[in-house]
Amino acid sequence: MGKRVVITGMGVAAPNGVGLENFNSSLKAMKSGIQFFPELEKLKFSCQIGGKPEISEEILNRYFTPLQLRGLKSSGIIYGVISGTEAWEDAGLKISKEESPDWDTGIIFGTGILGVDKFREAIHLIDEGKTRRLGSTSVVQTMASGISAYLGGILGCGNQVTTNSSACTTGTEALLMGFERIQTGKAKRMLVGSCGDHGPYVWGGFDAMRILPNKFNKEPENASKPMSREAAGFVPGSGAGALVLEDLEVALERGAKIYAEVLGGDINSGGQRGEGSMTAANNEAVVRCIQKAIKNSGITADKIDAVNGHLTATTKDAVEIMNWTEALKLKGGSFPFINSLKGMTGHCLSASGSIESVASVLQISNNFIFGNLNCEEIHPEISDLISHKCIPTTMLEKKINILAKASFGFGDVNAVAIFKRYKA
Amino acid sequence: MSEKEILTRLKKIVEPYVQSLEGLQNFKEETDFLNDLQINSANLVDVILDVEDEFNIEIDNDSMEGMLTVGDAKAIIQRKLPQG
Repeated sequence: MGKRVVITGMGVAAPNGVGLENFNSSLKAMKSGIQFFPELEKLKFSCQIGGKPEISEEILNRYFTPLQLRGLKSSGIIYGVISGTEAWEDAGLKISKEESPDWDTGIIFGTGILGVDKFREAIHLIDEGKTRRLGSTSVVQTMASGISAYLGGILGCGNQVTTNSSACTTGTEALLMGFERIQTGKAKRMLVGSCGDHGPYVWGGFDAMRILPNKFNKEPENASKPMSREAAGFVPGSGAGALVLEDLEVALERGAKIYAEVLGGDINSGGQRGEGSMTAANNEAVVRCIQKAIKNSGITADKIDAVNGHLTATTKDAVEIMNWTEALKLKGGSFPFINSLKGMTGHCLSASGSIESVASVLQISNNFIFGNLNCEEIHPEISDLISHKCIPTTMLEKKINILAKASFGFGDVNAVAIFKRYKA
Repeated sequence: MSEKEILTRLKKIVEPYVQSLEGLQNFKEETDFLNDLQINSANLVDVILDVEDEFNIEIDNDSMEGMLTVGDAKAIIQRKLPQG
């Protein structure tokens, strides 16, 4: 039996809310963060909408020094640093200026691709023969581990400081990797999370794959429809989420507030075999991942009160529900409540797992289940499997004891984490 | 351009990179960018780019290597500035 791991701080920069309080209110109010981008129209995108956190000058100046802001063009780093620092402060931790770092605290902060706008600037300069004009931060803003490097320096962490990358599984994977590091006693505290850049150079490839909705450019807030009969593809998003994980004993010792406990989880891959491919999940792997997560957490499926799914708003949503019913052996009205944040934020890609984990934990600590936005008519293949009562379309005041959070990603990779209300 | 004006502009350029306020208060020709102003060595290339933009000149790698103090920078700028 390893160490118990609890969540003591959280931060978020989501399309529908920057900062934990704003985000919590948006979840309860089911506020959409999807907007139309004239730039995407000009660039002839089919899908001209997306999700992007609104970052004010005031927030930038709060989280970055004037020097850091010079030439800062990596939106992923901006979102990641804001959410990571907020989580740190929310956990009641101080930013130490001591000579030695905090050896017991580490960071696992993932991303899919980082600093694309900075990279674009560099490409133009290089092609014009002006490589010497790149400046000193071109490398650190575009290296994948730029985000963990920025946070590591700001917070002074001396344990493992790294960046993971597993497409849309990234955030949930980071959380489970940090969890394991504490559970096995290698660290006492881990800042975990993930971030993702916004903009045409991140979203273009998905537009080209024709998996984004193209009929909602005039009504962006209605576009993202997880589990709906009218689900027409995922709306691309961006942002970051962050959580401070802590050895329970350490958290209790310093009197930290505890949002919830991480019971366990599992990470696997379908090997792109069976139904699995570069872009589709192997169902057997998804079912195994859910079942192993439950087993690792020392619970049984019937103890799960709520599921926060991956549910991107494509036709694959029904397949995900089928896998959940298969893994939990629960169907119809006995299935737990299930929701998807993506109706409000779109699919925040590499940032999705961490933003949605923050949303999941907020539901546990604040006793509510947010409603599924844009899911007035449930997809018939889904209503064949579970009762419509399991898919709330308005916010429910409800005490959740155990919640399962899943993320699935390109490359046929899966991650499932189990959160529980903290009890001594 | 007068020496005084070059130094005034130079001081403004380095300000955001400086980590020692004491060094900045005693800003003079002998001031060493790394030791006295505590500028991160990686940021020296940014200082060079800002100097290039401010004075509309180009500073090659060889000149950059000899630029350790404020005085060195002043001399390089004077040399590169068009005469008259």
